[in-house]
Amino acid sequence: MSEPSQDPKRSRVAAPKLLFETGSSGRSAFDGSTERGPVEGVLPPALLRGDIPGFPELGELEVLRHFTGLSQRNFAIESQFYPLGSCTMKYNPKINEAVARLPGFAQIHPLASPELLQGALALLHHLEQMLAEISGMEYVSLQPSAGAQGELTGLMLIRAYLSERGAPRKQIIVPDTAHGTNPASSTLCGYDVIQVSSSARGVIDASAIEKVMDENVAAVMITNPNTLGLFETQIEAIAKVVHGKGGLVYLDGANLNALMGIAKPGHMGVDVLHMNLHKTFSTPHGGGGPGAGPVAVQAPLRDYLPAPRIVKSGDQFQLQEDFPKSIGRVRSFFGNFGILVRAYTYILSLGGDGLEDASRMALLNANYIRKKLEKSYQIAYDDPCMHECIFTDRLQHRNGVTTLDIAKRLLDYGYHPPTIYFPLVVAGALMIEPTETETPETLDGFIEAMLEIAREAKEDPELVKSAPYSTPVRRLDEARAARKPVLRWEPGSSNQS
Amino acid sequence: MRYTPHTPADKERMLQTVGLHAIEELYQHIPRTLRERARIDLPPGLSELAVRRRMANLAAQNASAADWSFFLGGGIYNHFIPTAVDAVISRSEFSTSYTPYQPEVSQGTLQALFEFQTLICQLTGMEVSNAAMYDGASAAAEAVLLSRRLQPSGRRRVLISRAVHPHYRQVISTYLRNLQNVHLEEVSFDASGATDTAELKRHLDDQSMCVVVGYPNFFGVIEDLAQIKSACARVGAQLVSVTTEPLALGLIKPPGEFGVDIAVGEGQSLGVPMNLGGPAFGFFACQKKFVRNIPGRLIGETVDTEGRRGFVLTLATREQHIRREKATSNICTSQTLCALGATVFMSLLGKSGIRRLAEINVARAHDAFAQLVRKAKLETMFSGPYFNEFVARAKNLDEIFDRCAAQKIVPGIKLGQWYPELQDGLLVCVTEMNENEEVEKLVRTIAGP
Amino acid sequence: MEFPDGLKYSKEHEWVLVEGNTATIGITEYAQEELGDIVYVELPEIGEKVVKDDPFGAVESVKAVSDVYAPVGGTVLEINDVLPDNPETINDDPYGDGWMIRVELADKDDLKDLMDAEEYAEYVEQQKADEDEEEDDDENDEEEEDENEKE
Repeated sequence: MSEPSQDPKRSRVAAPKLLFETGSSGRSAFDGSTERGPVEGVLPPALLRGDIPGFPELGELEVLRHFTGLSQRNFAIESQFYPLGSCTMKYNPKINEAVARLPGFAQIHPLASPELLQGALALLHHLEQMLAEISGMEYVSLQPSAGAQGELTGLMLIRAYLSERGAPRKQIIVPDTAHGTNPASSTLCGYDVIQVSSSARGVIDASAIEKVMDENVAAVMITNPNTLGLFETQIEAIAKVVHGKGGLVYLDGANLNALMGIAKPGHMGVDVLHMNLHKTFSTPHGGGGPGAGPVAVQAPLRDYLPAPRIVKSGDQFQLQEDFPKSIGRVRSFFGNFGILVRAYTYILSLGGDGLEDASRMALLNANYIRKKLEKSYQIAYDDPCMHECIFTDRLQHRNGVTTLDIAKRLLDYGYHPPTIYFPLVVAGALMIEPTETETPETLDGFIEAMLEIAREAKEDPELVKSAPYSTPVRRLDEARAARKPVLRWEPGSSNQS
Repeated sequence: MRYTPHTPADKERMLQTVGLHAIEELYQHIPRTLRERARIDLPPGLSELAVRRRMANLAAQNASAADWSFFLGGGIYNHFIPTAVDAVISRSEFSTSYTPYQPEVSQGTLQALFEFQTLICQLTGMEVSNAAMYDGASAAAEAVLLSRRLQPSGRRRVLISRAVHPHYRQVISTYLRNLQNVHLEEVSFDASGATDTAELKRHLDDQSMCVVVGYPNFFGVIEDLAQIKSACARVGAQLVSVTTEPLALGLIKPPGEFGVDIAVGEGQSLGVPMNLGGPAFGFFACQKKFVRNIPGRLIGETVDTEGRRGFVLTLATREQHIRREKATSNICTSQTLCALGATVFMSLLGKSGIRRLAEINVARAHDAFAQLVRKAKLETMFSGPYFNEFVARAKNLDEIFDRCAAQKIVPGIKLGQWYPELQDGLLVCVTEMNENEEVEKLVRTIAGP
Repeated sequence: MEFPDGLKYSKEHEWVLVEGNTATIGITEYAQEELGDIVYVELPEIGEKVVKDDPFGAVESVKAVSDVYAPVGGTVLEINDVLPDNPETINDDPYGDGWMIRVELADKDDLKDLMDAEEYAEYVEQQKADEDEEEDDDENDEEEEDENEKE
């Protein structure tokens, strides 16, 4: 462990402590301490624990300072441009937050009877219809908590459908460009994965699917546009091949932000898909969730959707459990309702026109960046990109500068790096998704930074390779974290420096 | 249009740069048959004012704890959330950031999650915790999957108590149904409202993989984990505890003290609004020796190139983005902002506060039950010790609900919808949110004229 | 790069040291370099049977996991208990202290498929040359670009 610099002009502000390293014994911000109740003798003493060792003992201002200080060490969409490919870091509207906090949405209980939840049920029912319309599919379930859970749900629907027709089958075809959740979800659903390689043009050829498609294959999982930002031009042909042998087509809808008003998955031969509300539909990413991953299906899969379902009976909304072929529940209660409220608010705010415009502007922004960077960075594929573009570090590699270095140097310029090293088929991938909510000036600023880094990579590679310099911490020792994992604070530990 | 800032001049200039004349040219390569049917048939967008009015209208059609008296538990709890919690999670630095892939600019989220992992360990008495999962139900399912990875292939029988939350049992069943060679069996509860340990012992054998029980269970009863653990240990089965009301752990012995192998549960009670059941978060804690096999994100401590302490996502080779089909789970986006809220909540309560709050809940609930029995002539269903939820028995539940609704009271949850043998069972939850007058009004209303 | 003479090598970059009927197995210097900092090693249990060409364990770096394949079949006699706590030993001394397992050879004929030090050295050269080819393409592109700029 090296000693910090002895430079006297370096900031003297102490590094942040953990909650457990500060405060004072007996201190609390809890305000109910005057409450007195007959507690003694209520529960047998043998059931009771002692005080929780190490639990924080802080005053309220201490707590606020602690978390405010932490927040200032975080980069966010509202700090600056955040072009993480395939994550769709668009503006998270404040109105969504205000609406979600209305007591009539935030303080309602899922096990109250449906008559007392008519507003909530109406919202969910309507949202199902909106998402069906947007995706060109017929029925929707809002239960899944995130995209990955949506994928698992979708695969379970496929499994149930095929099981009823004889056998669930054994395999799922997954392209080499697929997000890691695709094969992971397949395994969770009891399937083996057959990986298929994309062509030199970055898309899947129907002929490649034909080679592996047989009665053992339950489905193909396809992302469209794919994780290279390219439209899978052969998707309808692929669907034909798969359907021809009795399999189904699952669409990973993570990149739906490229398709609104441009093409509907329901018209592409897709049988089931999921959408990521925390991507396309503006709900905030929260540092890693919560999100929501609704699934949408065509009619043949309807019977298997998770139960209960919301049905409209006259003017009233009811919950129906009686779906004997349903795969059951994938989570407790209704799903991430608070997130569904935000997405609903967003769709109302944009309307059909606004959503279509969002996708068009997303494409324009991505192509603008691509054009401006393609002389200084190697573009991975020549074909037209949609809402994201993907470069490699090949040109910079000549001087020993890698994608990782470029990403870290971008931090010094005040930008969040693009997605790096994904998908795996592109060595040193730099995947840039600007989204539609960015101004051309912001894009120009980012482009200028990228061009500057390209210059630095030529003229002063060492500068780039040791970046970042100006962030709250510099590069972190990930090997150490993995070798000797320290996953919690313990009393007596003090690694502060 | 809404949130897209481009002026016509902007678009013109950008198109020029790209070398095109119209934006439509950007997607001409999409098959025409798709393009011409792509129109989204939804009404035009509404102004903020119109949206606010419309949503307020919808919200007003729901009975909320703001103007109704709720005595509802069943896995989602009505607790007071200190104002400071929302102030913190509303900060856009927390809410509009993403998974901390670039740790140098994500130390806020990473440190907060490290603190969260620590708090969960302290609360549950377990050695290691992940950085949260979707909900208690999926955490319970993942616990069973972990047990399956750890236990030898001769052990594939899962024993799950009927006193575990019905939704959780359903989710576990859904997750397991697709996998080979794993068998779910249910164990009943007895007159105490806890798992029938005699029956459990009869079912336990050398093929048992794990046992899943609530703590407290769905009926609010505090199960005898010591007895259950020793029965499991005798045959080499693992014990999974499921806690839907973690506030209880501020007062009762934590699962770790009983040698529980995996402790999971729902964190909503810890500073997250009810939100009709989501989003909140599932917590997942276990013994340290399992750590390389567990699902979900893990935050680890390390140092940077200048020796400063910092935090990173670690042991990522377990996860889907690296291990793909061999990953321990498929989880990517989790419930981080909710976990952050819980971290703030637990910090505000602190060591003495969480115990105090738990004591208030216990006191209120026991007092209310006594009154319901004495004055409203309800009967007790179960004899076991309980935290802040209990099951009362009444023959005329529908009538009671109607009388209560007229007073804007929801007296509890009817158990008959999941337990046919408990048709007259009412699951009642009393928390610090239910003032004495409210409880008295409940008792009066149930007692009737 | 070192290719000790007394060892045999597999295409998956494992080395084998044969002593009588016992084979000691590890991964080569080239393999550890490609992997980077090793953070965790998965080893089989003593008594387990390893099958030739099947994975018997794994080596993890921060960003990747690599299966380690058995160059020969046999029964595990010993595992290197230094590795669980000090996985970086493989980086530091891949042919010596970084050994992974010791097996009782099931079939000496398995050794026939392995390469000797010289053959393995050539094999590694070839792997590196494939990477260099890509760099040559880059240089050609660069020359082309320079020419275009001149115009």
